[in-house]
Amino acid sequence: MPASTTRHAGRPSLDPESRRWLERLDPHSPGRDAAIQALHALLLDAARFEVRRRRAAFPHLRGDDFDDLAHQSADDALVAILRKLGDFRGDSRFTTWAYKFVLYEAAVKIRRRAWQGREVPLEPERWSVMTAGAATPHEDAETRELLAALRDAIRDDLSAHQREVLLAVAVGDVPIDVLAERLGTTRGALYKTIHDARRKLRGSLAARGLRAGTDTEGQR
Amino acid sequence: MTSSGDTERVRLVARLLGPTGPELTCAECFAQLDRYVDLEVAGAAADRHVPGMRAHLEGCSACLEDHDSLLALVARQRPRHGP
Repeated sequence: MPASTTRHAGRPSLDPESRRWLERLDPHSPGRDAAIQALHALLLDAARFEVRRRRAAFPHLRGDDFDDLAHQSADDALVAILRKLGDFRGDSRFTTWAYKFVLYEAAVKIRRRAWQGREVPLEPERWSVMTAGAATPHEDAETRELLAALRDAIRDDLSAHQREVLLAVAVGDVPIDVLAERLGTTRGALYKTIHDARRKLRGSLAARGLRAGTDTEGQR
Repeated sequence: MTSSGDTERVRLVARLLGPTGPELTCAECFAQLDRYVDLEVAGAAADRHVPGMRAHLEGCSACLEDHDSLLALVARQRPRHGP
């Protein structure tokens, strides 16, 4: 069996371009340095694409800030990709797999930079829209009952941590990565907290006979 | 006619209660994201091949943004096929 076939035996569906990337990035490949340079250029282009998409939302950041973010994102993504190269199974094109790392790095960095120095609201102002309890003439009785039950369940049935995390992210629009950094945890751990809180709320509503969806499966 | 306050309430309720049914975790979402996006760009049944992804994207705005960015970047290079 040829060496390249053996090396990629666990990736039977590799397209030719992805196979070339893997062969060139192989530690024994004479063209590895050039391939790493080419990959970095690709990642930088993707990071700049992401920065352009998001910069309108952050008018207070300067052009230099964005280009620094793009370079940092490409550098960090390259390190992650080279470390995880063995994890690529060929379920997608290699470039799509690589792009997700740099887009993730860029997105997290932009969110954190945008929230730098800002206080994270633990009791978001918009929560008053619901807690005010002033129903409008357009709300029917069922909606009013649902809102009241939801307010009660958030207050009575969630732990303080669940309440703070859910309200900050779902009501206060605090990016989950920003909150994770402030609390010294991860996006995944915080989302699990949110998921458990939502399940508890749906259970509370269901126990009162309110239609708000039933929780049957949860996270996989 | 509904007021902006009503619309806001409806949106908040949806964000507070999240998606129902099974959903991926954030880590599972990241692991499957490239495959899911390539299937979408190819016009394949991405949701059938990666169950739980769509529900997670409805519930996690950060992962949804990551998905939308990757889809936009890949689709720019490879125009989407199918519906």
